[in-house]
Amino acid sequence: MTLIQMTATELKAAIEQGQTSCVEITRAYLDEIGRVDARVNAYLWKGGQSALDAAQAVDERRTRGQDVGLLAGLPVAIKDLLCTRGLRTTCASRMLAEFVPPYDATVVQRIAQADGVLLGKTNLDEFAMGGSTENSAFGVTRNPWDLDRVAGGSSGGAAACVAASTAPLSIGTDTGGSIRQPAAFCGVSGLKPTYGRVSRYGLVAFASSLDQIGPLGWSVADLALLLEAIAGHDAADATSADVPVPAYTRTVNESLKGLKLGVPREHFDDGLDPAVAKLVQAAIDVYRQQGAEIREISLPHSRYAIAAYYIIAPSEASSNLARYDGAHYGYRTDEVKMMEEWESERKALEKAGDDAGLNALDSPLVRMYRRSRAEGFGAEVKRRIMLGTYALSAGYYDAYYLKALKVRRLIRDDYDRAFQEVDFIVGPVTPSPAFAVGAMIDDPLSLYLQDLFTVSANLAGIASLAIPCGLTEQGLPVGLQLQAPPFQEERLLRAGHMYQVETDWHRQRPQLP
Amino acid sequence: MSAPPYQIIIGLEVHVQLATQTKLFCRCSTQFGAPPNTQTCPVCTGLPGALPVMNRHAYELALVTARALNCEIPRYTKWDRKQYYYPDLPKGYQISQYDLPMSQHGYLEISDPQDRFEPKRVRVLRAHLEEDAGKSMHDEVAGRADSRIDLNRTGTPLLEIVSEPDMRSPLEAKAYLTELKLLLTYLGVSDCNMQEGSLRVDANVNLWLDVDGERVATPIVEIKNMNSFRAVERALTYEAERQFDVWEETGQRLGDVPKQTRGWDDNACVTKAQRSKEESSDYRYFPDPDLVPVMVTDDQLAVAESQLGELPAALRSRLQREYEVSAYDADVLVNQGRAVVDYFVEAARVSRDPKKASNWIQRDVLRALNESGTNIEDFGVCARNLGELIEQINDGQIPGSRGVEVFHQMREARSTLAEAMETLGITGVDSGELIALCQELLAKNPRVVSDVLNGKEAAVGSLIGQAKKSNPNVDPALVRQTCLDLIRQQST
Repeated sequence: MTLIQMTATELKAAIEQGQTSCVEITRAYLDEIGRVDARVNAYLWKGGQSALDAAQAVDERRTRGQDVGLLAGLPVAIKDLLCTRGLRTTCASRMLAEFVPPYDATVVQRIAQADGVLLGKTNLDEFAMGGSTENSAFGVTRNPWDLDRVAGGSSGGAAACVAASTAPLSIGTDTGGSIRQPAAFCGVSGLKPTYGRVSRYGLVAFASSLDQIGPLGWSVADLALLLEAIAGHDAADATSADVPVPAYTRTVNESLKGLKLGVPREHFDDGLDPAVAKLVQAAIDVYRQQGAEIREISLPHSRYAIAAYYIIAPSEASSNLARYDGAHYGYRTDEVKMMEEWESERKALEKAGDDAGLNALDSPLVRMYRRSRAEGFGAEVKRRIMLGTYALSAGYYDAYYLKALKVRRLIRDDYDRAFQEVDFIVGPVTPSPAFAVGAMIDDPLSLYLQDLFTVSANLAGIASLAIPCGLTEQGLPVGLQLQAPPFQEERLLRAGHMYQVETDWHRQRPQLP
Repeated sequence: MSAPPYQIIIGLEVHVQLATQTKLFCRCSTQFGAPPNTQTCPVCTGLPGALPVMNRHAYELALVTARALNCEIPRYTKWDRKQYYYPDLPKGYQISQYDLPMSQHGYLEISDPQDRFEPKRVRVLRAHLEEDAGKSMHDEVAGRADSRIDLNRTGTPLLEIVSEPDMRSPLEAKAYLTELKLLLTYLGVSDCNMQEGSLRVDANVNLWLDVDGERVATPIVEIKNMNSFRAVERALTYEAERQFDVWEETGQRLGDVPKQTRGWDDNACVTKAQRSKEESSDYRYFPDPDLVPVMVTDDQLAVAESQLGELPAALRSRLQREYEVSAYDADVLVNQGRAVVDYFVEAARVSRDPKKASNWIQRDVLRALNESGTNIEDFGVCARNLGELIEQINDGQIPGSRGVEVFHQMREARSTLAEAMETLGITGVDSGELIALCQELLAKNPRVVSDVLNGKEAAVGSLIGQAKKSNPNVDPALVRQTCLDLIRQQST
């Protein structure tokens, strides 16, 4: 087995046993990136020498007998939505194509403190808005299992780099399924932690009340490792929870007894691809064989989840993205050209004696805002800004935003009720496997419906895990979703690991010649 | 001048900068006057990914202020985003409080010591916390039309105090502002410096007219840009007259036209309509998802109550009650601030003559402070020394005529009373000495005695000069009185 075929947990053990070094591992991944990433396009920025230098520093410390952090010098890819000091953070947007933050996100800091090596920054849908990474201003990320298909999104690069063996560990973000859906499409494991479990400081906001950073990797044990490094209260994020972080890596191997799994009947109706349904049922059987009790449950309000989500998320996004106005940083329209046009328009109106036209002429400032935003944002981002702006407008707030908040509460109540009966809720991650690049580009609504099974966890703020549970006849990965009550990541990871002990879907890797 | 044929209805919105060391949602300094953009961080410059965290101290100051304004404090309050685009607002929204302000339904009592209006209670609709915006400087030096943005002020905590439209004259509005500023100063929650923008006032004004026995209201106008209380008074006076003219011309009533915003031009002494594009827009308020709601505990409320101390209204009545100073004097003293009141109390205690202490402070101390631009803590005559001076004058140890001289000597030399008296060569003249001196003078001037006995008491005046020549420490008034007494004793 080569280095890049090993899980992060295995690599860490190999380093600790002196079988390999951080530099060797980092070089192996950089080599593989060089070999395949032009085809996958998972990375927007690749670490190169800086990653090797960081790896070497960890090796030297280990050689000197000094303490080395939890991540032991393992390379980590980070979604280009987290701020990295001195390193461009683009959010896959033309708007921030040249933006260099003066500070590190808390998660970036914690990874560095745990001796993770920044391997690169991964592609995404612009500002995390989308489910296919086709909305990136810097090209689509392709699915390593079938390069004609999407990797999913918005953390498409974060999932594809793990699937393509170009990173052992990866950081994604999940607002409505953005970690779990690409993990499922790419056949890797991914966790959306409980809202508040991981600090959002330095994560460029899409929808603040839904966004959560989480780990992706081959195995659930790998997720435990990365989560342990990044989780915990942060005084810089008022919404981060002051709840102790268990040592996930220490307990992830311990199986759970007397497990009760709930299967929501709403997740197995007409919309579900039969191939997906079959593999998910088979995965549930694996738990049954391990002694788990399987119960049908109901999440009656889940049918309203997409509607509520597509009010709340765009509303928050419309506000969060207001700051990109060309005034302080980021993209600004060509002002010289703009002012020339503006002057000639003004003169023409004056000449024509068109007072009404002159009065209606926007000020240079307003025009600068309009132009900068029109040119800096892509179509999907604009669509969501418009949706959100509309939903928050006077006269519509109660009918849309406030109502969506009430639905959100009902969805959370559904979960609270369900979790009185069962330990976890199990079902599919997506209605179907990865679709072809371009297949949904003109059909945003169908794309939104891809989030059917994932958005509820964000609305309810609970933890949710996606693990690979098989390949369709076409050889496309399918994901199993396990949802847990808030702050039950420790048990959730153990439950996920139980499945991976019995199966090897998480070890399957696509062949990229 | 006859009364105008309308009533002015005034409500005020006051923004007060709270005296915290750091900003409302980050740890940047709030110090005024630093070079532009040196007191900024990712949070207050609205960089991508930065998150706000509430400054507890700002909330506590707001809580104390709200209680001093007799406001109800809801148990639960939250933060909302007020959204609009402007270059000095780097996030594209201001974090404020919309439908659940941290306090509401209070009041402030105002009165006029000159009785130009009846004492009244101005209701406070609400007081809420919000962050300040930055400053835009439109620099047109050397033909360039650059706008420069300073974000040092961005994120500074403001308490917005909104009154009900309870004021009925510019004078009442000014009284409200003066009393509010005094209250804030007593609480120590703000430096209230209008020049530095620590206290900003917007006014909402309209008129009530009597039309055939029916009350008609004119459209409400918001006035901005008033940089002093005097400007507020003048702007309101101007605006009332302007609105009456508009009414006579157009007959527009409340609701006929959208609310207008006008800016006060202090040089031209007029209000000017602001461009319609700068007027009201849809702010699309919604709860800020980056911040958690604030829950207020009994303990926090108790702490706030305990920090209120004695507020101006209570202090005024205590001065009248315990020191028997007039309402007017109590008002003057209290309006000078807590330090002057403390000074008065000490001077009154030492002198055992509160009335004179009050007079001295108002006549001499305050004038000297004004002239030198110092504050009372640094004043050369401490309260104890002033008290002793008054006492010695009352006891005849210092001639009343030389009191002011002694006062200024103490002030200039920062000396004690004894030192000042020594420098000025003043020693007490006891009554035996005085009587002996007067007897001697009367013996030398029989003409004066006969004049007085003939009813010309003024004749004694000529003796005073001689008395002072013989002993410069004698009190002229006492010389005069003593001589008259002696002449009367002799004649009976």
